[in-house]
Amino acid sequence: MKDDLAQIRDLQVTATTDAGRQIAIIKGVSFDIAKGEMVALIGESGSGKTTIALTLMGYTRTGCEITGGSVLLKGKEMASLTRAEAAKMRGAVAAYVPQSAASAFNPSQKIMDQVVEVSRIHGLMSDTQAQEKAVELFRALALPNPEIIGDRFPHQVSGGQLQRLSAAMALIADPALMIFDEPTTALDVTTQVEVLRAFKSVMQNSDIGGVYVSHDLAVVAQIADRIVVLKGGEVQEEGTAEQILTAPQHPYTKQLVAAFKPAEYATPIDEAITDTILDVQNTFAGYGLIGKDGMPAFVALKDISLTLKRGQNIGVIGESGCGKSTLARTIAGLLPRASGDIQFDGKPLQADLKDRSREHLRRLQIVFQFADTALNPNKPIGTILGRPLSFYHNMGGRQKEKRVEELLDMVHLPTSLKYRLPGELSGGQKQRINLARALAAEPDLILCDEITSALDTVVAAAILDLLKELQNELGLSYLFISHDLSTVQAICDDVVVMYNGEKVEQTKAADMMHATTHPYSKLLLSSVPKLDLGWLDSLEQDPELMRKFSDR
Amino acid sequence: MMLVSGFRLSYWGFSFNLVGIVASVVILFWAVVAIFAPLLTPYPIGLIVDYDYFGPMTSEFWLGTDYLGRDMLSRVLYGARYTVGIALAGVFLACFLGVTLGMAAASIGGLFDTVLSRFLDAFNSIPSLLFGLVVVAAVGSTIPVLIITLALIYAPGSYRFSRALAVNINTMDFVTVAKARGEGTLYVIREEIFPNIISPVLADFGLRFVWIVLLLSGLSFLGIGVQPPNADWGALVRENLGALPFGAPAVIVPSFAIASLTISVNMLIDNLPQRVRDQGE
Repeated sequence: MKDDLAQIRDLQVTATTDAGRQIAIIKGVSFDIAKGEMVALIGESGSGKTTIALTLMGYTRTGCEITGGSVLLKGKEMASLTRAEAAKMRGAVAAYVPQSAASAFNPSQKIMDQVVEVSRIHGLMSDTQAQEKAVELFRALALPNPEIIGDRFPHQVSGGQLQRLSAAMALIADPALMIFDEPTTALDVTTQVEVLRAFKSVMQNSDIGGVYVSHDLAVVAQIADRIVVLKGGEVQEEGTAEQILTAPQHPYTKQLVAAFKPAEYATPIDEAITDTILDVQNTFAGYGLIGKDGMPAFVALKDISLTLKRGQNIGVIGESGCGKSTLARTIAGLLPRASGDIQFDGKPLQADLKDRSREHLRRLQIVFQFADTALNPNKPIGTILGRPLSFYHNMGGRQKEKRVEELLDMVHLPTSLKYRLPGELSGGQKQRINLARALAAEPDLILCDEITSALDTVVAAAILDLLKELQNELGLSYLFISHDLSTVQAICDDVVVMYNGEKVEQTKAADMMHATTHPYSKLLLSSVPKLDLGWLDSLEQDPELMRKFSDR
Repeated sequence: MMLVSGFRLSYWGFSFNLVGIVASVVILFWAVVAIFAPLLTPYPIGLIVDYDYFGPMTSEFWLGTDYLGRDMLSRVLYGARYTVGIALAGVFLACFLGVTLGMAAASIGGLFDTVLSRFLDAFNSIPSLLFGLVVVAAVGSTIPVLIITLALIYAPGSYRFSRALAVNINTMDFVTVAKARGEGTLYVIREEIFPNIISPVLADFGLRFVWIVLLLSGLSFLGIGVQPPNADWGALVRENLGALPFGAPAVIVPSFAIASLTISVNMLIDNLPQRVRDQGE
């Protein structure tokens, strides 16, 4: 095509390991980007989506090398540029918006100085011109107080604003191609809506081509014209956004789309069971020095009450900083509560876990979000799983060995894994081990703190299935903390919405979408991207409400 | 075995750097000398073998003679025993104390951590050579006193170092999980924290060994270290300081010995074998 902005043909990227072995990470990828078109690269972690996007700037990460194929950007071969040539192209022709804007800005320089730096490096215009242009961009990106926001330091603006400012930084030199590398992944859903809107309007009113790297199909559906689905460094399927969403051809794409629509959760409610496993009443907790009124300097949980029946699940949702993880830590006794009462199976639970009996500790287990840090990297899996067995159940020798194998079997992992170290496992496997360790204690209640958030969609769906299966077999209860509403809906009976340390509302998960009455819950629920092309454009939110609840 | 770029050799899943290998050979050499010194020395160390003092290198006396006409080779070989032995015992004691207390402080936290840290900071502020002088003046210079003094001087630094590392590990989720399980401090320290700080602690161990060798040599140079007729390398330098105008090997050789050991340990720390992460398919 004539107006093609970029052409990638049979691209191959190879990484060299520290033992000198060559591994192909991109295996012959080809696609085009037309002028003014937004192409999304979607795939799970390790699928090579960021690596491909970076080759458009003639860049590969340390240890990687473009070994074949061509990357043409405006007729220039990016794969064979010298450093000096690449430096001329970067920022001016191809610009990059990183995932974490917070770490992309220099904390000790004013925002404006950093935004106009690109034009200064490339000698494109005078500083006053560049500053005028920056203000225009700030306005186009719907930033508040566009005239003066540049005078602030990065820590003085919110995360969503910073992400839009990094887009302004990329746009200042009028690049031909913008590369967005998961720019909204680290943001809360209500903030994400604003950022996506800003990106979309800026890109629509220009003929800049774009590459949007993401793992979130619903986000991509709002902003991309075409979608390239990647797995293991190969293109699985390429098509228009509409075709990928409505009529996926490749089995992997189908799986990806299916993982987005979690199966409705039907509780195995046994009406006969009415005993309460967990009863939290008027609990306050927080961090910092305890003041005269017995409250800590920063109160993270304010007057929280909730009850959970045996064999049922309760979901806690809210945005980052709302206190949902603090709630789990308070129940687990890791953070002693300041006041309030927590009963576990009808018996009071001590505030500090040091005062709890071993039996209580055994029956209430906590599973953390990041399996990477939750498993000791220097211990084999068998030892990790064996410890709770010997600690709580005094098992040893053969018996322990056998039980470890049973546990691995329970979480659908091969028993040969017990000799491996955590670093040698994939993310999903590690999370299963993490879960198996909690199961080893034979608990009644498991506190799940965002356990699927760090996983790819398909892997997360498998973990949720496993949780349900285990619940049916073992009669467990889960307190499920997440920022992802569809995850919560897939596994919970009741949902508690938290905002700013307070419980805003509690509803049945099944009719969460209709039954909520509190404005914040409504805002939160409506901000979750839907797998629907027109969702973002048709979304109407009360601006007053947005200002009140999201940190714009 | 496989040859990889940049002078690196791979063995048993570890890759070695050429500088690291050379340094290890030098360290190994001095270790062997220290262990087998009685078998290697051609003459007893206290025996005056030559009427001439500060003699040159000859086939009879390979490294010449010292200020009393004793065989320098024998004295240097025996000196290795004192220098390496005392420094090693000192560094073991210092790191054992420092690392154990450091991990305990990080894990227990609170008042225990604050009091211990401030106390050791205060201790750390005493100049080391001065502290050595005072102790030796008070209780006299014997080898056990030297070892304990050196250990006490270097334990606070080791404490600071390992506490800083342990504080980072202590906030990891797997430690939280262990604490939530109800594990005691001893288990958390031994099983969860220690395996994860061992490699930097080993590097620190080597560095501290070098400092102890230098401090011990300094103390001996001042005459309050190892007492005559025995002598470590520092004492040998002081004894034979008069050889400088004569250009005799007696003063050069022990200085060279100190330099070769300390530099080699330093080099080894900077070029420790690295685990090859990619173990193949």
